[in-house]
Amino acid sequence: MSLIKDVFEGKIQFMQVMDEKGDIDEELFPKDLTDDKLAEMLKLMLLTRNADAKAVSLQRQGRAATYAPTLGEEAVNIGSAAAMRSGDIFVPAFRQHGVYFARGLPLHLFYMYWMGFEEGNMIPPEVHGYPMSVPVGTQMPHSVGIAFAQKYKKTGKAVIAYIGDGGTSEGDFYEAINFAGVWKVPLVVIIQNNQWAISMPRSKQTAAQTLAQKGMAAGINGIQVDGNDAISVYKATADALKNADKGPTIIEAVTYRLGMHTTSDDPTKYRQDSEVSEWQSKDPILRLRSYLMKKGVWSEKIENDTVDEQKKLIDKEVEIAEAFKADPKTMFQNVYSFIPDELNDELKDAEAHNFWQG
Amino acid sequence: MMANMVNAINNALELSMKENEGVVLLGEDIGKDGGVFRVTEGLIDKFGEGRVIDTPLAESGIIGASIGMALSGMHPIPEVQFAGFMYLAFSQIINHAARYRTRSRSAFKVPMTIRTPVSGGVRTLEHHSESPEALYSHMGGLIVVEPSSPYDAKGLMIKASRMEDPVVFLEPTKLYRLFKQEIPEDAYEVPIGKANIVREGNELSIITYGTMVNVVKNVVEKKKVDAEIIDIRTINPLDETTIMNSVNKTGRAVIVHEAPLSFGVGAEISARLAEQDIFELKAPIIRVAAYNMPYPFPQYEKFYVPNENKISNAIDKIMSA
Repeated sequence: MSLIKDVFEGKIQFMQVMDEKGDIDEELFPKDLTDDKLAEMLKLMLLTRNADAKAVSLQRQGRAATYAPTLGEEAVNIGSAAAMRSGDIFVPAFRQHGVYFARGLPLHLFYMYWMGFEEGNMIPPEVHGYPMSVPVGTQMPHSVGIAFAQKYKKTGKAVIAYIGDGGTSEGDFYEAINFAGVWKVPLVVIIQNNQWAISMPRSKQTAAQTLAQKGMAAGINGIQVDGNDAISVYKATADALKNADKGPTIIEAVTYRLGMHTTSDDPTKYRQDSEVSEWQSKDPILRLRSYLMKKGVWSEKIENDTVDEQKKLIDKEVEIAEAFKADPKTMFQNVYSFIPDELNDELKDAEAHNFWQG
Repeated sequence: MMANMVNAINNALELSMKENEGVVLLGEDIGKDGGVFRVTEGLIDKFGEGRVIDTPLAESGIIGASIGMALSGMHPIPEVQFAGFMYLAFSQIINHAARYRTRSRSAFKVPMTIRTPVSGGVRTLEHHSESPEALYSHMGGLIVVEPSSPYDAKGLMIKASRMEDPVVFLEPTKLYRLFKQEIPEDAYEVPIGKANIVREGNELSIITYGTMVNVVKNVVEKKKVDAEIIDIRTINPLDETTIMNSVNKTGRAVIVHEAPLSFGVGAEISARLAEQDIFELKAPIIRVAAYNMPYPFPQYEKFYVPNENKISNAIDKIMSA
């Protein structure tokens, strides 16, 4: 006797609420997104872009160490952050600067991190976010544990974890989503698919058609959205958060890294300018701006005033960051909850013999 | 040819690939991009995508697949983009690459050379500046080398690619482009397990490797001390003979490395000296190393990485003991 029958069927849908011209699909448009809220989101996207440009220029002047720009990916950051409820917790990879800003991180901490101070990671509790994770994908199992703790402690909060397209090739990603599916934790995984993992295009990263479908093997629902449309990202995140108490969701936000991987990278070595300019026309800021202008709630004057104000704030925050002085004693005071004798001896020795100099 | 360390390793890889068809390179961004430090630059044009393989972003996958290739008679040379990311492949390296030979009593072997940039001093992000040589040396089964010059880098790479053992090949990023040196065009070997006496001297032996070799040389030159400088080059297996001969002659030993002090390479050398040479010593051994803590962010690395001042202080101390 033989038996062959279908035992699994799955599909992944793509969603776009606002197109590249800034026209929206009324039916999909989330009713809770007021004009004010959208204007606030546009402001945050502009802040992200301006703060980003400043960080690149600081690095070019030798005033910051390496920096990973977020140019072109603002809608993923801000759209998802805007959908978070006040206590929801985010676990970033390393290109979610806008999420930090939207959650109220003082900008000088962001600059301090990239200037190379551990103190930049002293994230205030009200931000409800964790430090960046540089080893790719390694934050994902943590996000599952954090989500587990919310369920365990019945906080009612959900966790939003971010990962890049390249990160979804790491073992930690697969292990994390598998745990999330089994434990049904309140987790939203946002894959910020910017098409390039340094020089590796998305097409060579995986033979899978979408990254969202990777969740299927873990029993997790997934959706692919236009990641340059802040409204799509907002809607997908808000929907996932509404259902978070029932279990995890994967959102693949399709966006594009308009700039370099980091300031150490030269993308002209591996990709065509024509591809970049094609994506420049899909700029996430352009379309939200044009939608809000059509609605009469945004204008060139508002934008100029906003940007002026933001640049002043950025300069002030950079000043705070640059005024910070590294104190080598703090290296010894923060390795453990106490200072072991050997570290104390090393510290005393260093001070006595002036090892900090030359 | 005049070469910096990047040129020298690139050249060694090219020669190894020409010499042995079983040599393939694999790793993140090593093809079109030429590697984030450009060590594999141009090799994809010379050997094609079939032998210079841009992999998905997965360190355990890169090393695990390399082990499979090595088991099948190839000699893969995987690159892990930074030593801090190699921990994601730690299980494959320690549980499999290091153990395959002994657990099969040599019925199986894993000839492969794992390349990864190590050490700091170049203002990079977190996880980009670690010095993990002690970890890979501690478990047994892995050859661990760390060149300090373009000449040694090329010769050690050629030698590694002809060996039947897994070699962890550590490349100090700070030395990649620090200086150029005349090196032979053709393939040549620098022996593995053999230290290099960088400078001869009679009063004091300074045993070091990697990024610290040049720093030690500068200090010795400035202080006009009659020191013998030994660059061990191979961490495991250690060239005990050269170290013992030198310390027998000088009676004083200072060990300098960038990795943290405790449970490190310096501790191992120091223990062997104490066990075998203690009655020849005129003064207690001194280790100069980084502090016992994770590698700090760029603003703090100047406090963390041993500098000339710290080495100089150790020399004064041992000479006056």
